[in-house]
Amino acid sequence: MRREARVEGVVQGVGFRPFVHTLARRLGLAGHVGNDADGVFLAVEGSSEGVARFLDALKAEAPPLAVIDRIEVTEVPPLGAARFDILPSPPGGVANTLVSADSATCADCLRELADPGDRRYRYPFVNCTNCGPRFTIVRGVPYDRPRTTMAGFALCRDCAREYADPADRRFHAQPVCCPACGPRLRLGTAEGDDALRVAVRLLGEGRVLAVKGLGGYHLAVAAASEPAAAALRSRKHREDKPFAIMVPDLAVAGDLCEVDPVAERLLTGRRRPIVLLPRRRAAPVAPSVAPGNRMLGVLLPYTPLHHLLLTDFAAPIVLTSANVSDEPIVFRDDEARDRLSGIADAFLTHDRPIHVRTDDSVARTFRGRAQLQRRSRGYAPEPVVVGQDFRRHVLACGAELKNTFCLAKGRHAFLSHHIGDLENYETLRSFTEGIEHFGRLFDIAPEIVAHDLHPEYLSTKYALDLAESGTVEPVGVQHHHAHIAACLADNAESGPVLGVAFDGTGYGTDHTIWGGEFLLADLAGFRRVGHLEPVRMPGGTAAVRQPWRMAAAYLGATDDTGDLDVVRRHAREWPAVVSMAASGVNAPLTSSAGRLFDAVAALLGVRDTTNYEGQAAIELEQLADPAVRGGYPAGISAADPVTVSGADLVKSVVDDLRAGRAVDVVAARFHNGVAEAIRGVCARLREATGVGTVALSGGVFQNVLLLDRTVDLLEGRGFRVLTHSRVPTNDGGVSLGQAVVAANTTGPVRQ
Amino acid sequence: SAHGAGGKATQTLVEAVFLDAFRNPALEPLGDAAELTVGGERVAMTTDSFVVSPLFFPGGDIGDLAVNGTVNDLAVAGATPRYLSCGFIIEEGFEVADLRSIVSSMTAAADAAGVALVTGDTKVVGKGSGDGCYLNTTGIGTLDPDRALGVHTVRPGDAVLVSGPVGDHGVTIMLERGELDIDADLESDTAPLNGLCRGLLDAVPGVRAMRDATRGGVATVLNEVARAAQVSVVVEEDAVPVREEVRGACELLGIDPLYVACEGRFVAVVDGAQAETAVAALRSQPLGAGARVIGHVGDDPPGLVLLKTGFGGTRIVDLLVGDPLPRIC
Ligand SMILES: [Fe+3]
Ligand SMILES: [Mg+2]
Ligand SMILES: [Zn+2]
Ligand SMILES: [Zn+2]
Repeated sequence: MRREARVEGVVQGVGFRPFVHTLARRLGLAGHVGNDADGVFLAVEGSSEGVARFLDALKAEAPPLAVIDRIEVTEVPPLGAARFDILPSPPGGVANTLVSADSATCADCLRELADPGDRRYRYPFVNCTNCGPRFTIVRGVPYDRPRTTMAGFALCRDCAREYADPADRRFHAQPVCCPACGPRLRLGTAEGDDALRVAVRLLGEGRVLAVKGLGGYHLAVAAASEPAAAALRSRKHREDKPFAIMVPDLAVAGDLCEVDPVAERLLTGRRRPIVLLPRRRAAPVAPSVAPGNRMLGVLLPYTPLHHLLLTDFAAPIVLTSANVSDEPIVFRDDEARDRLSGIADAFLTHDRPIHVRTDDSVARTFRGRAQLQRRSRGYAPEPVVVGQDFRRHVLACGAELKNTFCLAKGRHAFLSHHIGDLENYETLRSFTEGIEHFGRLFDIAPEIVAHDLHPEYLSTKYALDLAESGTVEPVGVQHHHAHIAACLADNAESGPVLGVAFDGTGYGTDHTIWGGEFLLADLAGFRRVGHLEPVRMPGGTAAVRQPWRMAAAYLGATDDTGDLDVVRRHAREWPAVVSMAASGVNAPLTSSAGRLFDAVAALLGVRDTTNYEGQAAIELEQLADPAVRGGYPAGISAADPVTVSGADLVKSVVDDLRAGRAVDVVAARFHNGVAEAIRGVCARLREATGVGTVALSGGVFQNVLLLDRTVDLLEGRGFRVLTHSRVPTNDGGVSLGQAVVAANTTGPVRQ
Repeated sequence: SAHGAGGKATQTLVEAVFLDAFRNPALEPLGDAAELTVGGERVAMTTDSFVVSPLFFPGGDIGDLAVNGTVNDLAVAGATPRYLSCGFIIEEGFEVADLRSIVSSMTAAADAAGVALVTGDTKVVGKGSGDGCYLNTTGIGTLDPDRALGVHTVRPGDAVLVSGPVGDHGVTIMLERGELDIDADLESDTAPLNGLCRGLLDAVPGVRAMRDATRGGVATVLNEVARAAQVSVVVEEDAVPVREEVRGACELLGIDPLYVACEGRFVAVVDGAQAETAVAALRSQPLGAGARVIGHVGDDPPGLVLLKTGFGGTRIVDLLVGDPLPRIC
């Protein structure tokens, strides 16, 4: 019998043709396999049992980097073929294919790295079809060596032979190289193993090392050394934000943190995100690494260089993006010299250029699922399959902070790597260049440009400029609708749902700042059916950076607050800030849940000013005692939209503080109270609308305690609850939501 | 309220409604003043309306503000202000004593600037139709025969200066409205700039453009420069002069002094090689004692204003579309 098949997905540049070739030969089948613009096409001919086994194995045994979207099999009459051939790629290569994400070093390559008899023994750039750099080195399409940053390294005879041999693990592995022909490691004047030796010695001496990785430079210090970690903090101007730790292996990760089975798979998988894990009390990690945090961000080595460094140093190292303050990660060599000279004592670097700046991804586990908080290296640019068709090409420009963009066509939403905060010029450049790069890589020429409604977002301005200068149709998508749509897309659903979007800041359709929203939503639209009662943000942006201002806004002009610590700490500015809230002078209205958490954090003395986004709320969560049950009541109005009184929660917090209740109990009751309010509002909305599915999204749901309580309470009342997994709940997911909304609110292709 | 904040909304309103209807070569550049030829003589003409609230504030009132504002629009266009007209729109029941006091500060301001108030008009509107008193002033000045200034002449390598500390006027007005429980020892910077502009023009042949930093502040002026000349403007955050009291009030209010209105400060762009001379010329007069180079003009990225922060970051200083609302989470 003979069958022809088409395989779509990430199936090129990942060793798929050699895999098919080997499989067919093992089963004694004839036929062929080749690449074209839509993926892989193949034919097999032979015994019906052999063909059936072949088709079973095609998906089950596919190479590690392959991501199969769809296999379409057609019956055809046998042709009497006798051989199995790998067909050459069409001249000029194959356009319109999917680019694989960068992938952690595979077991085969690790064996070679450690084998003194292998010609790639201790070679920091060993890779093969199953692993190594991809997205970060691709300059253009079609994906082949001249269009990667490996173009400058001519293959030696041995490597060329491996590259050309269909039976070899390195058949058509574009970044293939060896010590004879590939990139070289350097530290000052030392090269190769000498460079590594110096690096390990410097780490041991407590020095700060810049290390060139896959998507940019990192800064590394010994994780156990407090002076080293403290020095890194002060040189980077990074006050409190936790550093990630790279550990030599899973066992060491287990020494530092509790590792559940899902976390273990994340840590050891080919995507290798930083995984947030509950730290063990006795974990030998310097206090400055993650001050006051119950979690540690841990990752395992993902390049051969990291493996060598960690094996030789044999202890955990801090590995944090190399940048100054809020600047994006440094990825060009000259830039590294310029920007990092005051931070790093030495540079462990190499001569393979990085084409796309890509940060490490960040994940955690929640109820047996991975949850991505930053989807970047190891994931991008692989598409998110969202269960719908994009009939027109869409560009979605995302939010202002934690920006990602998304280009979509057909069944694919290409969600970008983490871009960052656009207000920074370097980041804005990454954004505009990234959009152009993705457009070329995936052959997408936007017909629709989706954007946030906030007129001052640089992503909005970019979208509107694009629309003005061309034939692109602009579609404004409300921020929290985008969050809920992202959650729907993440779960490949289309609603309607009761969307609970809790975050810090988003522009509302009434021109105020939203952020504690209940939306009856599907992919095409929404109605605001509930929200937190608006309060003033005295000083606008200043109220975000200084949570105590939100305490002032919530407490208002009541005279009897003089006994509260937060008022005493700000005695001089308090009346001014209260008067701003009262008069509305530079004090916009907000229904933000993030600001409510800020107010309570300030009241409990957690923090009066923040050094990074969401810090007060994060620390408030850390403070709360998860064993405490029961929450403060919040008034829920019967109006339409329903409103929830955050002030009630604040009042209970103040009452308990005055009663001398322990702050960890107060913090927990506040969390529980917010969760109960969400349940209360959803119950009322279910009665009114008949919708029994709730989607939770927005940055506030990075708070595990709140998420856990909310899901418990909702499921206890029989709700179906959708949460994020593949796409961040924070603003990193907004562009995906914008893309699906835009695709569902615009008409068919214009003729 | 978005229209009038001095940002992009105002610009769009002007372009959408007025420019199309009134289109002519003298209006087109949308400068501070129109350049005209009358009987073979080059003159500049400008008009401005004043609706400030409160009418009286530390450092001045609506009267000297109206004179100085129009004088300054002529001065930064490179003209020597000569004649002013003044229109009053007065709300029924407005105190005569207040009116007298406004008129007397107008006379004093005109004397100080060396201009003559030569014609005027008064209208009274019903109670509730006006905010006490509105003023309109129109000014005419003479231009040097062959001196071409304009933001489009700015080029990479030029230096960017301010004539003194920024933000005094706008913050003073915000606090003086009496809604806020903030005490600060502040005064409006309202002042005539014609002497200072003249001094700069005489000392520095390479003056490309001058703009008074009124609505939208220095940030808005710099964006106009960057867009008109398709250049980048890079400002050193630490170099921007801001009085301690103003900085403190701005921090409390949560506003950026770069966007706050001044009424007696201007931004000048000069040939980079003549920056020192320019600073010296400005500092030689009392009104320019706080003058400083705050940045420079480059070619990349065209159309954008960038701020180099203390930590070595580079932040985009964009034209505001409307009232600033928080963008951060
Ligand atoms: Fe958000
Ligand atoms: Mg004017
Ligand atoms: Zn490998
Ligand atoms: Zn080789």
